[in-house]
Amino acid sequence: MAGHNYTHDHEEVEIAPPQTKAIWRTFYILGGITAFEFLIAFTLHASILKTSIFIGLTIVKAFYIVGEFMHLKHEVKSLIWAVLLPCMFVVWLLVALLIEGESIFMIR
Amino acid sequence: MAATVTTDSTEVFDKKSWMGGVEPMKVSYGKLMMWFFLLSDTFTFSALLVTYGLIRFSFPAYDPAVHGAFQFSDLYWPIPEKVYNSVPFLHGVDLPLVFVGIMTFILIFSSVTMVLAVEAGHRMDRASVEKYMLWTIIGGFAFLGCQAWEWSHFIHGTDNGRMITDVVTKEVRTIFGANLTENEYGPAAFADLFFFITGFHGTHVFSGVVLNILIFYRTATGLYARRGHYEMVEKVGLYWHFVDLVWVFVFTFFYLV
Repeated sequence: MAGHNYTHDHEEVEIAPPQTKAIWRTFYILGGITAFEFLIAFTLHASILKTSIFIGLTIVKAFYIVGEFMHLKHEVKSLIWAVLLPCMFVVWLLVALLIEGESIFMIR
Repeated sequence: MAATVTTDSTEVFDKKSWMGGVEPMKVSYGKLMMWFFLLSDTFTFSALLVTYGLIRFSFPAYDPAVHGAFQFSDLYWPIPEKVYNSVPFLHGVDLPLVFVGIMTFILIFSSVTMVLAVEAGHRMDRASVEKYMLWTIIGGFAFLGCQAWEWSHFIHGTDNGRMITDVVTKEVRTIFGANLTENEYGPAAFADLFFFITGFHGTHVFSGVVLNILIFYRTATGLYARRGHYEMVEKVGLYWHFVDLVWVFVFTFFYLV
């Protein structure tokens, strides 16, 4: 901690202009998708198609939140994969237990 | 496994290894550990949501051809839009999913103000960090307030409730709302999962708000300005976005599907 750089509490240090374009773009995309999900929820009847649209849109939303807001898209590859790869096992668990639930239903 | 390469008398560090002073993944130790903590938290939430899937699949789905017009019953899993259809101050008006939609937008918006705070931190703009952290805290409290209302409504139930015949005593009675053993909406597991999943998420939101307040306080007292960077805002920001991310999944699998 030798190279600690304590700057003084100056208020007059020049502040760069904000760069918020990408942030608001992401916000509009997330809001738009959520609004679209509502539209689907009230126009389509329950079906595999409806469920897959919801899951697809959720993954798109997750991509924007993790990629842009959490900045993962702009990190190095090894970090991206260190986070993403373990999550893929969740898909395995999900499929396995949904099949399990289906067979519990059959036995009942 | 040689982590250092020694040439003559000078030590040259291999930049890809953890020897201190280097950042192999180009993120600081704290940020990396936050990522791994969030990964472990992902597994916890996945386990809860997968459990929801398992239990839901083990119950019959509502089918108009078999069950007739929809009414609450423990014979099948309830349709979410029939359960979550109330909005504060609009008693008796059927507004499916509207309130939970408002909650979703509150959380997305507070996520946006959080990134704006992180962005302001990069520019060392202390006043903006304070402003956006405050907005994020307000968003967090607004969400928690909505959830408190949602829970209270869920627990107290509708005006009419549902008539049930007790399994043991064969006595007929009306139940209102929900607790962990019985509820008017459907099978007992439905309410149990609601309490567990939204409750666990709400706990995360609450601890997120506490962390945000701490960060706001430390920004306002100038700690990060003196330190020369606002990385703590980024780390807590990661946590806050994660809470938003979990809600996106809870929203889809609990309320929409």
